[in-house]
Order: sequence, then C-alpha cells, then structure tokens
Amino acid sequence: MYSEKVMDHFQNPRNVGEIENASGVGTVGNAKCGDIMRIFLDIDEDTHIIKDCKFKTFGCGAAVATSSMATEMVKGKTIEEAMQVTNKAVMEALDGLPPVKIHCSLLAEEAIHAALWDYAEKHHITIEGLKKPKSDIHEGEEEEEY
Amino acid sequence: MGKLIYLDNAATTRTAPEVVEQMLPYFSELYGNPSSIYDFAAKSKEAVMKARGQIADVLGANKEDIYFTAGGTESDNWALKAAFEAYKDKGNHIITTKIEHHAILHTCEYLEKQRHARVTYLDVDENGIIRLEDLEKAITPETIIISVMFANNEIGSIQPIKEIGMIAKEHGILFHTDAVQAFCQVPIDVNECNIDMLSSSAHKINGPKGIGFLYIRKGVKNRSFIHGGAQERKRRAGTENVPGIVGYGAAAQRAAASMEERTKKECELRDYLIGRIMNEIPYVKLNGHPQKRLPNNVNVSFQFVEGESLLLMLDSYGICASSGSACTSGSLDPSHVLMAIGLPHEIAHGSLRMTLSEETTKDDLDFTVDKLKDIVQNLRNMSPLYEDFIKKANA
Repeated sequence: MYSEKVMDHFQNPRNVGEIENASGVGTVGNAKCGDIMRIFLDIDEDTHIIKDCKFKTFGCGAAVATSSMATEMVKGKTIEEAMQVTNKAVMEALDGLPPVKIHCSLLAEEAIHAALWDYAEKHHITIEGLKKPKSDIHEGEEEEEY
Repeated sequence: MGKLIYLDNAATTRTAPEVVEQMLPYFSELYGNPSSIYDFAAKSKEAVMKARGQIADVLGANKEDIYFTAGGTESDNWALKAAFEAYKDKGNHIITTKIEHHAILHTCEYLEKQRHARVTYLDVDENGIIRLEDLEKAITPETIIISVMFANNEIGSIQPIKEIGMIAKEHGILFHTDAVQAFCQVPIDVNECNIDMLSSSAHKINGPKGIGFLYIRKGVKNRSFIHGGAQERKRRAGTENVPGIVGYGAAAQRAAASMEERTKKECELRDYLIGRIMNEIPYVKLNGHPQKRLPNNVNVSFQFVEGESLLLMLDSYGICASSGSACTSGSLDPSHVLMAIGLPHEIAHGSLRMTLSEETTKDDLDFTVDKLKDIVQNLRNMSPLYEDFIKKANA
C-alpha cells in the first residue's frame, strides 16, 4: 500500500520529540478523525533560519511519514523557504501516497504553518503568505458517496 | 522476517489441507454439472447433496432448507431483500441493530432509499449486546423481519439469540441471523432458537472463499434473488460451485467435530492474551463482552495511539491483525461498532482486533504481547495526546 520511502519514514521517523522553549509550536488535526500533528520549531531570530524542527504525531502511517519528511525538509531553511514546503512537495518526496491518504499529508503543511504563525505572533512579525491556521483541517472535507 | 503469526481469523482462515484435498477431484475428474442427466454428473449431484447434509447436521436443520450462495454477503442480501418483497403486504418495517455487518446495514439502507422500508437500528449496551426490552418496544404490526447477528465480527459479542427467536415467534415475525462469525464457533440449533433464516460463509471456518449458504426454514416465502436456472430448488439460479460446496461441507463437518475441544483451547488462549495485555500495558480497554464473546476474539483499545500505525508495526514483525480505526476503513470515521458501544473517537481509533485459530499457540501470543508492549510505548512517545495526558497528570 505504501511506498518504500513512506515505510522508511514511518518505521524510522526523523525528528520525533519536543523542543523545550520552542520558538513556535503548532498543533493541527483532531482526535475525531484520527490524526493530530504537533510541530516544534527552533528559529534563529536574526537569520530567520529554522535551526531545529521536531514533531509528535497521533495518526496513521501516512501521517507519521509526512511529519517526518516535512520536518526534514524545513530544517536548515529560512522561514521564507519553509513556506514553500507544500503538502505536494512532501508527498512527492515520499514517492506519493495512496489517494485515501492525501488528506493526511495536508496535516504536515498545516502544522508547519501553525508553528510559524505561533512564532510570528510571539515576535509580532508578519510572514508573507501565512494565514491563520484552521482549527480543524478536515473542515469542508466530505466523504465520497458511491 | 521470521514466522507469520496470523491473528486475523475473523477476516478469513486458511483452507484446511484436508478440505482442499476433498475439493480437488471436483475440479478435475469429477467436473460434471449436477443438473445433467448422465451418470457421470450424478457424482457431482451426490457431492452437493452430501455437503448439504453435512451443513444441515451442524444446525439441526433439514437439508432441503440449506441454499448455497456465493458467500455471507449474498446470503444477507437475499434474506432481507427477498423477505421484504415477499412480506410487503404485511408491512414495511425491519428491525436490526447498529452493529451489524455492512452486508446487512447497507442492504437496509438500500431498502429504505429504494423500497420505502422503515428500519429500526437497535442500540447496544457498552458490551455490544442488545436489550431485549428495546426489541420488544420496537415491534409494530408492520414489522416483517428481525435481523440480529449471532456474534459480532469486530468485538465478538454474542447476542441473546434464543430469547430474540422467542420474541420473534411470539409476534409472528421472521427472524434472520447473520451467523458468519458464529457458525461452528458456538453451538447453533435453528429449531431451539426459532431461527427462520441464517447466513454463513465457508472461508471463516477453514473452508474455501466464494461459497456460503442461506438457511431458509420451510414455509418462509422468500423467492429467488438470483434469476435463471432451476438450481437450489429454483431459489438460487446458477450452476453450483461444486468444489466450493464440497469444501464447505467438509469444513463444516470438520469444524463441528472439533468445536468443543477447539473452542475450549481458544477460550483459554483468548483469556490469556487479554490478561497479559490488560496487566502489562497501561491505558488499555477491552472492547466487547468479557464472557459472552466468540472463543477466538480479542479486541482492545490502546489509548493515545492510532490503529493503522499499530498494524503496520505489528506487520513488520510478521503479526497480522486488524483495527477499527478510520485509517483502516478508508473513511474518516472509525468503526460503527466501536461507536455504537459508546467509545470516544480517539479510543476507537486505537482499537486492535486479534482473532485466533486452532493453529495459534501460547508462544505466538507471548511474542505478540512482547512486541506490542514496545510498539505501544514507542507510538505513545510519539503521540501529542500522550504528551498532553502526562503533562496534565504531572501538573
């Protein structure tokens, strides 16, 4: 069902954990739908470089793998570069996800944005293109009728 | 990867080698069509009759009342749709439960949408068992059929079938039971339980896939559901799946003969597995009735972890199990059964079903629990829900 890369990132997830006194923390998803993702960022205030990124995820294989890949992709990047890490880019880096799992990949992008939003609020700055995170990423998502 | 530990026998079972052996001649030398007139085909016809008898014996039924189908799903569809059609002059009301298999639930939804049926879906208690007073209250003069599963496929709860049959008989209402999980796992007597129709499937009892039956008590007016030739006493058209039927008969005879000893051993192993999990892993809940459950069914929820992740990790150790989490159902909702017993979403997402077989050993279960302990702890260490819980507990 999953690509080798997804299985690798699921079984050996990178950057699991917390960052104490993180510059920004974002939590998205809900337990009802079965996936919650929390991203911790350590950002250099002068250079705006993401020095470290960690995650905690409650969810399926796809949710864990996208968390792991997304944290790898934003680490060492500037905030502006991190904003370019889309769910599509994360999915491609994982060699794709099954169609029913695409909604899980949305979590990673949303969680990074939520953590950046938290950072921006704390530091009273505006990050271009960043919108206030949705409280429920599954809003408006409907199940297929057949 | 070492040995395969198959703990998903509610999904399907291995076709027993001796069952396969009995089927094989009907693929090769004895390929005749049971409907043909010559002596060569008579052997196929005899084989079908023999299997019908083998199955009827397990249920205390007349063998003329066993109708072979392509499986449990077809049997469930046939039972409900044909009964609804046959008894529409009496009424349009069906009573079933919230925890039925989708073969029943989606058939009921179809009848509601397309045939103006009125369906009552009975609630179940926290152990997954219906309340008889709810059933009594739901009955109206328009009620034509009560369909309650014998035992649940996810949580293993066994319904009070005898009492339900009695209520149905008192009110002159047809009683159908989906016994796909219960057949040859618990003793069933269709007369003692007043069962009018019963669905079953061979591949759950070490028989082949693609073959099932519907028991229809003599006098029940259900007509044909699959139209065509005059097979199965004109009630189920289509050339008989002779090897499948032979395999089903052999599997039923085999499973019935071993039932007492096998289920006793399975109950011991089941309770051993439940005991180890409950004692050695914190924040875990047993789903389904502690005693009134299938001999081979274990269903537990691990708080703060998600079911698909559990399954994938178990799979990496060669352990096959299943879960009621949304991610394993292809939808965003966890299992309707776990919702019906009142589990919060996050607990339902962390459910794990392990269903044993006669081949399961204590060593298999010890290996599984040892791995499970590590897996659950690792997933919890990764879980923001667990982090929040621990922080709250320490605050």
